[in-house]
Formats: sequence, C-alpha cells, structure tokens
Amino acid sequence: MNIFNSSSTLLKELIVINVLTLFALTVVACGSDSEEENVSEVGSASSSSSNSISNLSGDIAIDGSSTVYPITEAVAEEFQIAHKNTRVTVGISGTGGGFKKFCAGETDISGASRPIRDKEVKMCADAEIEYIEIRVGLDGLAVVKNRNNNYLNDLTMEQLSKVWGPASEDLVMKWNQVDLSFPAEDIDLYGPGTDSGTFDFFTEEVNGEAGASRGDYTPSEDDNVLVTGVAGNEHSLGYFGFAYYSENTDKLAVVTVNGVTPSDKTVGDGSYLLSRPLFIYVSKKSITEKEQVREFVNYYLSDEGIAMVAEVGYSNVSADELKASRKAVDEALQ
Amino acid sequence: MNDLTGSSRTDISSQGSMFKTSLALRHFRGRVFYGLCLVGSLVGIVLLLVLMNDIRQDGFEYFSSHFFTNYPSRKPEIAGFRGAIMGTLWVMTIVAATSFPIGVGAAVYLEEYAKKTRLTSLIQMNISNLAGVPSIVFGILGLQLFVRGTIGYGPAICIGESCGFGRSVMSGALTLTLLILPVVIVASQEAIKSVPPSIREASYGVGATRWQTVSSHVLPQAMPGIMTGMILALSRAIGETAPIIMIGALTFVAFSPETPLDPFTAMPIQVLNWVSRPQAEFHDLAATGIVVLLITLLTMNTLAVVLRIKLGRESAR
Repeated sequence: MNIFNSSSTLLKELIVINVLTLFALTVVACGSDSEEENVSEVGSASSSSSNSISNLSGDIAIDGSSTVYPITEAVAEEFQIAHKNTRVTVGISGTGGGFKKFCAGETDISGASRPIRDKEVKMCADAEIEYIEIRVGLDGLAVVKNRNNNYLNDLTMEQLSKVWGPASEDLVMKWNQVDLSFPAEDIDLYGPGTDSGTFDFFTEEVNGEAGASRGDYTPSEDDNVLVTGVAGNEHSLGYFGFAYYSENTDKLAVVTVNGVTPSDKTVGDGSYLLSRPLFIYVSKKSITEKEQVREFVNYYLSDEGIAMVAEVGYSNVSADELKASRKAVDEALQ
Repeated sequence: MNDLTGSSRTDISSQGSMFKTSLALRHFRGRVFYGLCLVGSLVGIVLLLVLMNDIRQDGFEYFSSHFFTNYPSRKPEIAGFRGAIMGTLWVMTIVAATSFPIGVGAAVYLEEYAKKTRLTSLIQMNISNLAGVPSIVFGILGLQLFVRGTIGYGPAICIGESCGFGRSVMSGALTLTLLILPVVIVASQEAIKSVPPSIREASYGVGATRWQTVSSHVLPQAMPGIMTGMILALSRAIGETAPIIMIGALTFVAFSPETPLDPFTAMPIQVLNWVSRPQAEFHDLAATGIVVLLITLLTMNTLAVVLRIKLGRESAR
C-alpha cells in the first residue's frame, strides 16, 4: 500500500491544490456576496418583525406524505417565528411510512395524501393511538403535454385509461390508436414511480385499481425529471402534482380531462376528476397532553395557517368543512 | 577482402537494424503507457474542474451570510443552511470520536496481538465483506439498534418512555460509524503492516514491552497512513444520505441540535430536499448547499493533510 507512504512533496501539492480550490471558491463567493445583501436584509426584517413573546416550548414531531409536506413546512415555519422556544420537526417518510411511525406513537401529527387504510386503522387501534382526521386541502394531478403539441388538448378518462392501462402495454404504441384524429406518432409516457402516492391515486382513478398501470413508461421519483422528459418530446404525455406544472408553464401545457381544466376552483369543488384530498392526522393523546401540539393544530386551522395551503399551490377545502374541522378539534379537547 | 568485409558488415548492420526496429517499438509502447497513465490521472482533475465550473454557475447566487445564519424556509430568498450545517458538524464530530478509537483499536489487535487462528481470519474476512455492504443496509441496522434500542429479540432498552436513542444525532452518528469502521480498520491495518519489523525488533531488543512498542513506535510510524484512511472514511460519511434518511433524520428542522439526543438534519438531506422541489430557485439553493458541503470536505481534507505532515515529521525525528 504505497499510497500511505507517499512522499511529503506529494502531500504539499495536495495542500496547495486544496487551498487553491478553497480560495477560488471563496473569491467567487465574496464577489456575489454584495449583490445579495439587500435580500438578506429583507430576510432578517421579516423574521424580526414578529416579536411576540411566547412561553410555549417543547417538541412537535411531524412526519408523513411528501405532498402534504410543503403545507406543514410553511405552517411550522410561521409557527416557530411566533413561538421561538418550540421545536417543530417535519420529515418525509411518505403516507404509509408516516402512519407506521404515527401508530407507533413516535409522531404527534402525520400527513397523508389518501385516507387512512383499514390495516393502518388496526395498527393504531392495537397501539391505542386515537386520532382526529382533518382534511386540510386538495391537490390536483396535472396531465401534461409538450408546449408544441397541438392535438392533445382534451382527453377523456376512457382515453387516459387506454393510454395508461395495464392492457395497453406493448399494444397501444401510436397516438392514432387512442383516437383516430390523432397522428400516427409514437406514444412517449412519463409518470411517477410505483412507490409514490401520486401513482396509486392516478391508477386508481384512471384504471380502476391502485397500482394497475402499463409498465413501459419512463418512471421517476423526481418530478423534475418528468418535466424534462415531457419538455423534450413533442409527442409525450406525463402526469404529476399540479405544483410542478405551474412552475413549468413555459415548457409544458396542461391537458384538460373530460373537458375540465384543473384550476383552484375545479380542484376545490371536485369537478376536476383528478383531484385528491390531503389530510393531517392528529394524535388525540398529543393534543390533550401537549400544549405546544394543541397550539400548533389551532394555528394550522386558523385563517392565517390555512392560507398556506393556497400559498404553496394547493386548493382550499370549503369554509364549511374548515369550520367542522375546527369543531372536531375543540370537541377532542373536552 | 573488400567484398568479404562488406558482406560481413551488411550482416551486422542487418542484425542491428532488426534491434533498432524493435527498440523504436518498445519506446513507442513506453510512451503509450505513459500517456495512458497521464490520462488516467487527469480524468479525476478534469472531472473536478467541470463539476466546480458547473456549480460555480448557479451555486453562488444564494451564497451570502444569511445562508449560514438562517434556517430552512419555504421562501428561497430567506432560506438558509444553518440547521443542516450544525447537524452535520455534530454528527461528524461524534463519528470521528467513535470510529477512530474503535477502528484503530481493532486494527492494532488484529495486527499486533491476535494469533493467526481460524477465528481471526474469519473476523478479517468479515471486515473486508462489511466494507462492501450497501449503505442503506447499515441504515436499517441503525434504525433497529440505535433508534429503537433493540437487537430484534427481547425487550428494547428503555429509560422511562424513550427507547434507544430515538431519531437523534447520536443514532445518526453511530450508524455512520458502523458504516465507515471497515474502511478505517482495513486502512489502519495496512498502515501498521507497513511499519518495518526491524523497528519492533529493536524495541523488543532494548527490553520494551509489547504495549510500549505499539504505543511509542508502531502507532506513531503508522499514524500518517491511519490518518489517510480516516480522511477517506469521513469524506464518505459526510456525503451519505441513504442511511441517515433511513434512521429518520428530518427534512424540516429550524433549530440547531444542542445535545447529542436532539433531532437533526444534515447537509446532503437538505440538498436532496431542495433539488426535488418544483421551483428553480430551490435548485440554485441546492447548488449553494453543494458548494458549502464541498468546502467543508476540502477544509477537512486540508486539516488532515496538515496533521499528517506534522505527525510524519515528529515520527521521523
């Protein structure tokens, strides 16, 4: 093993290279530092603006769906500005992974992009974990095409099923097989991987069974990869959360489903068929025993908290439903 | 006469020319080999430069003081890296503090004390095998052993209501220690092996005990090699994501850990989270995070190289 006995000149060179790289990096860093100063001032100003003193302290453990994560993260961020001594942690274990921890009593709140399953209900019951289910928002799945594509303007659920169904694998390969008015171009599909809740929801809504999908599409857990894929081929089709579409409207266009365009309104009232509810599950034990969790949930459902749902790109539940959720929390506390 | 000498000359020269041809070929082969070696060593540097240039382009847009003082946020312009930096520093300090004594201890035992029995060769083989186990497997082990405090059979080790170390800095650090131990042990063993036997013999010759020989001669001589092994191992640990996600390092942590039992996040996890967001601003933030990770790594390497040279000089004295 000669590398361990290398001469000291080599070591000196190594040092020189390392120091040079560090130097180069910091020089560039300093150059751009001054431009960013005003931004950092904005940052510190906004965080020092709320100087309310709060005696609330303690930890709040949250985990669960990556779809619900942006809402909870935003609420947690604002909550911690007001209550400096609380420590809120938010993890991304997925809906199923979140319930495993929730029903083991490891977390106080769990995010979910689908209702709790029978198996998970039993798991929680076995561990004597009681919970409140709260619908906090709705998320639309966007079916997207390339910006230059001019024939895929609207697809019915039947057509979507023909494109994505398990029976279409190796059979439906050209667009004119889906509809005669479409050109005879190769179908190129992009979608989330099979572990994702988005995949479960889409396959259940479109193909009638969760997990039933053709296998010959390009899957990726990283939605940005799907965006790049669809943006690269004029005859491609993909689906993912609406938030990724709204950030990439310069490259992608949305396909209407059964003639309905996904929007805040159509997703919120359910007339857009590919909209799914987002939940948080709150442990009754945590909410009654831990003051910080109680305050957090109250803040989550307050007007200020629930406004985060729209801010991060999802649709709000109706005012009546919100009122009912607040009442359910109050009842659990008595 | 003339004819005779002439013909004999041509004989020699034709023989000579045969040698000349093959000499040129051999020189050519030598140059090709030299070229291949040069290309081989340049590939790494060129790749590093390309990588640095790539992140330099979008990595510095968010590089400013508040990036180091702020905690993560949904707004990219005020989002910072502080929680991740502090988490990584906490974890790496504990990893270094635990893996060094255990790793070097195991290496010293195997090289200096253990007799060559079937058991030691079995241990040796398993250490080499462990070095090749995928990191996620260590994550699963860490989740069971450190987070939940059980070995899979019997009751968990609990104090009051909390079992194991929970999803804390300690669990993450111990999991990463397990992950890098094989590398530390093998590198330390090689370093100890490379200490010439004459030094040990001389030490025993003047009446030193085994402990005196090991502590004042073998280890100081082997230290530069051991340090190299440690650097390589720690560099691997600092960038690992899979095992610490498995044991439950969190994504949104807007505070710094204050004790080893606090929850934490780490630099690679924060970067991963930013990369997977829809907004392009977060992708630039991720690039800045990578720059910070790289600077931390290079600082660590530089520190270790300096330490190596110092130790090398002292042992040479």
